[in-house]
Amino acid sequence: MDVMPKWADVVLVPLISLLLAFAISALVILGIGKDPVEAVKLMVTGAFGSTYGWGYTLFYATNFIFTGLAFAVASHASLFNIGSEGQATLGGLGVALVCLALPWPHWALALPAAMIGGALFGAAWAFLPAWLQAKRGSHIVITTIMFNFIGAAVLNYMLVNVLRPEGSQDPASANFPPGTNLPTLHEILGVFGIPFSKAAPVNVSFLIALLACVLVWLLIWRTRFGFELRAFGKSESAAVYAGISPARIIIVAMLISGGLSGLMAINNVMGEAERLVLNSVEGAGFIGIAVALMGRNHPVGVALAALLFGFLYQGGAELALWMSIPRELIVVIQGLVILFTGALDNMVRMPIEKLFLAMRRSAKAGE
Amino acid sequence: MDFSTLIQILDSTLRMATPLLLACLAGLFSERSGIFDIGLEAKMLISAFFSAAVAYETGSVWLGLLAGIGSSLVFAAIHGVASITFRGNQLISGVALNFLAAGMTVLIAQNWFQQGGRTPSLMGGARFEPLTLPFADSLAAVPIFGPLYAELLSGHSILVYVALLAVPASWWVLFRTRFGLRLRAVGENPAAVDTAGVSVVALRYSAVAIAGLLCGIAGAYMSTGLGAGFVKDMTAGRGYIALAALIFAKWRPWYALSACLLFGLLQALALRTDVVARIFPFEMPVQLLDSLPYILTVVILAGFVGKAIPPRAGGTPYVKER
Amino acid sequence: MKDLADNSGQPSGAMPDAPPAIELRGISKAFGPVQANKDISLSVAKGAIHGIIGENGAGKSTLMSILYGFYKADAGEILINGAPTDIPDSQAAIAAGIGMVFQHFKLVENFSVLENVVLGAEDGALLRTTMSKARKHLTEIAEEYEMNVDPDALIEEIGVGMQQRVEILKSLYRHADILILDEPTGVLTPAEADHLFRILRGLKDEGKTIILITHKLREIMEVTDTVSVMRRGEMTATVKTAETSPEELAELMVGRKVLLRVDKKPAQPGETILKVSDLRVVDDDNVERLKGVSLQVRAGEILGIAGVAGNGQSELLNVLGGITRATGSVQVNGQEIDLTGKHSDGRSRRERGISHVPEDRQRAGLIMDFSAWENIVFGYQWDPACNNGMLMDNDGIRRETAGKMERFDVRPPDCYLAAKSFSGGNQQKIVLAREIERNPDLLLVGQPTRGVDIGAIEFIHQRIIELRDAGKAILLVSVELDEIMGLSDRIAVMFDGRIMGERLPGETDERELGLLMAGVTSGEGAA
Repeated sequence: MDVMPKWADVVLVPLISLLLAFAISALVILGIGKDPVEAVKLMVTGAFGSTYGWGYTLFYATNFIFTGLAFAVASHASLFNIGSEGQATLGGLGVALVCLALPWPHWALALPAAMIGGALFGAAWAFLPAWLQAKRGSHIVITTIMFNFIGAAVLNYMLVNVLRPEGSQDPASANFPPGTNLPTLHEILGVFGIPFSKAAPVNVSFLIALLACVLVWLLIWRTRFGFELRAFGKSESAAVYAGISPARIIIVAMLISGGLSGLMAINNVMGEAERLVLNSVEGAGFIGIAVALMGRNHPVGVALAALLFGFLYQGGAELALWMSIPRELIVVIQGLVILFTGALDNMVRMPIEKLFLAMRRSAKAGE
Repeated sequence: MDFSTLIQILDSTLRMATPLLLACLAGLFSERSGIFDIGLEAKMLISAFFSAAVAYETGSVWLGLLAGIGSSLVFAAIHGVASITFRGNQLISGVALNFLAAGMTVLIAQNWFQQGGRTPSLMGGARFEPLTLPFADSLAAVPIFGPLYAELLSGHSILVYVALLAVPASWWVLFRTRFGLRLRAVGENPAAVDTAGVSVVALRYSAVAIAGLLCGIAGAYMSTGLGAGFVKDMTAGRGYIALAALIFAKWRPWYALSACLLFGLLQALALRTDVVARIFPFEMPVQLLDSLPYILTVVILAGFVGKAIPPRAGGTPYVKER
Repeated sequence: MKDLADNSGQPSGAMPDAPPAIELRGISKAFGPVQANKDISLSVAKGAIHGIIGENGAGKSTLMSILYGFYKADAGEILINGAPTDIPDSQAAIAAGIGMVFQHFKLVENFSVLENVVLGAEDGALLRTTMSKARKHLTEIAEEYEMNVDPDALIEEIGVGMQQRVEILKSLYRHADILILDEPTGVLTPAEADHLFRILRGLKDEGKTIILITHKLREIMEVTDTVSVMRRGEMTATVKTAETSPEELAELMVGRKVLLRVDKKPAQPGETILKVSDLRVVDDDNVERLKGVSLQVRAGEILGIAGVAGNGQSELLNVLGGITRATGSVQVNGQEIDLTGKHSDGRSRRERGISHVPEDRQRAGLIMDFSAWENIVFGYQWDPACNNGMLMDNDGIRRETAGKMERFDVRPPDCYLAAKSFSGGNQQKIVLAREIERNPDLLLVGQPTRGVDIGAIEFIHQRIIELRDAGKAILLVSVELDEIMGLSDRIAVMFDGRIMGERLPGETDERELGLLMAGVTSGEGAA
């Protein structure tokens, strides 16, 4: 018998966890001698007060939607894919190789090709950990962590030894040809006559991220494969009984997860930097974990949580600029959010469950 | 490669292996009790900062060490509360703590010292000085053995020797004491420990605390022994390498020593590109050297070089079954 | 409370006015919304073997876990030898002289027997002294009670019977005077069970008090002095074993009269549906689990496989269900089945008209977190009937589910409810509804009524017989001999991965089957 109504489980518990994380974040801000109220005001105006702020918020959110979905898909198969960072790194490499391969005439041609490149490289980076888990029982958490480091080394090698233009000291690729430059939200909304900040990097990838949410939702809850994936995630022994191949689910789920991580590169590499640089992922792979946890592994939740983290990132940048609070404050908040919504979930859940139980008892007694 | 370069490399290996070894043993205690810990990195980092900061303020490296251990224990306690008391996901707790440490250290460092997230350089009593082992000077002249003793073994800070002694100590605790027997049992089958009238919670908390202590020493060594002050993100993934070494070592103390020495050697080599160029007949990319610990761990995990079987109850919170 | 006795047994050699070894007063315990124990009082005389019988989920194990300090009671009082005793944890229970052998053993698999016995009862902080003393003490106890074990053997390398001995020795090593055993015979052969009962009688003669939790009436009648019956968290009666009968106990357990026999017409067997020849299975540890099994099942008959758990029945079901790979030959409707290749999975079996009700419905038959409708399609999600092109036809599946739940009397008939929220019997009905309504040629059924309340048992047995009467072949595996005897048209007995022989239910008895289950053949060849 369920103790709590579903809304309490899906909305109330994460909300209280989030508030706790924010409350402690406020204490941290107080601790370094700043005013949390002022900080929040600055963050909100910085992130949502202008189309420029929105533009950055949505740009960050786009990254987090991709990595959040990636973690969520793997989670439904009970796989803890901590390797999104490495998969997104390799995705960047894939996107860069595609963009630099041809003098692309138009972004509409370059984008699908880059998406395939990014997704393929990301998926490829997830394949070996997946295969090792499926066939040799190697713990996927450890292998994906290892692949993050190996991926960083691969990128480093590629940038220093292969992609770096001659004469450049900078470990970065050449700029992508203009035909690969993606339309920004400014240009897209401009078609409809809606004004939007020209400087903000949010671009067409945001729409693709939203589309990815819909597709992932369909995949998980409406297709046979999604059914089998969830069944495997809930009970491997039952899946085997039903004739669902664990190896197939593990490998395909991780390929999808890695592919989604790799897709992120169309936003940060192709959409913003327009060249490949070191550490272009900037931790977005790990934030995906927080986003998926907050969003309860549901695409709608992931999109909302990604927006929240986009806000934290953009707001945090404003804090660094105007209140000289280091950007690392966001990293702290991020850690607190993961801690409270993920690891300390039961701390919030257990008292609430008791509360509902007591309410039900008294309701029964009152009858 | 001549003999003195070899000694230099091995000397550097020992120093690089020290934080790995301490963190690896920390992970060993934690995982042997059934608590996964991917937050080794966090505990090392927070301790590296607080030991450097306090050593700078007080001028005493010992007070720094205490502060570092204290901060690491606080992080261990959070991990314990999340994964033991509230039976949360141990991986997620570890990820969260890694973020928390990465952010907090810079935030506080900037607030205290305004030097861009680092502590001022440590000098004199605020650092661990090298110890000269007895007779090191007089034995130095003896061929082969002399330099090995005087230059390789002697002349390290005390924490290096603490780390080396921690290996037999860990082995003895795990396999020769009542506590060790119970600790190993609780990582295999907590229900057996519980029904035998021993507290699963207390055992796991002690294991997590030991991990905190060892990581605290490891972090302090990073900033006050190996380095001379705290720098942003100075552990640079060593917590994960320690985790890799733990798997390599199959959760055994003596194997942990060899795994950490191997990974330490790789790190030492990566610092000496001139030597690397001479050893390998082909051009060895330094990135490959950097990632060798990770690649080797994947190979081990794949089971191609013997199977690594983790403690059976690892990663799962203990719930009395109904 | 129905009291047919004065609450105390007839212990051998105890003083008539000695306080009871155990007295429970008004024990209550709730798990969330579930009231597992309601105001339970019980008294067990010193030196008695006391049985506690009840259906699955009646609260027997919970009550004993409270006595052992594994759970904390919400209310109530415990008296040990007349003295009120607080038992907040297992440590306190051990100190009070209580030992417990759980249904699922609590042993550390990669520890030796000695280490397991010593764990938690060490003499000092160092192991060296503890171990040599413990070895001596353990050998003494083992000799005294004739329970020989090798102290250095690893638990994972010894059989379940031996593991159970280690559990008993663990308690004795801790000087337990009161020993609780939870369903101890489930994993034992009849011969091993007899041996266990001899040990228990020996312990009783030494003045130990024993509580035996079981759902097997036969065991209660055989070894206990007194017996308590539990139903739905309440203690419904405590009686002297000599003054009761299995029928009366069954009625007390269920709360109404129970038919212990199954009504069925004689079988009308048709042509052979399933033909198994020389089936062999080697497991991951290189142990041969099936050693050349051959059998046939015809249309319109039930072949029952009897045997003690762990003698290859599970492997047989798993091979036929496509879960385990094997060598040999299996034919269904005259067509060879793939045992090792691409088509040796559950889905291919289902496509060939084989349905499978697995032994463990919680681990295999159902996804406990999935709703009823998702479970009703589970295993058949690939069927075009459940899909609209790319996507699954969830609305259609839910409509189907409603009908199936009604026909199989699943309560509550709510197709959105998660499987874990149904009772054991209703969970099993969901599995049966799914598998039987596929109208298979061959139905594999494992432990159809394990953990199922008696009311649902009758219903489930009827459905299986109806399927037989519809001309389908049924292979039934059960460790409950009564069930095998009641349902089967033919009985095959398995022991150590082999079929020891086949018997007709009318021409055999439990004694003969029990011998076969222990691997003893009685001279005659297989039927």
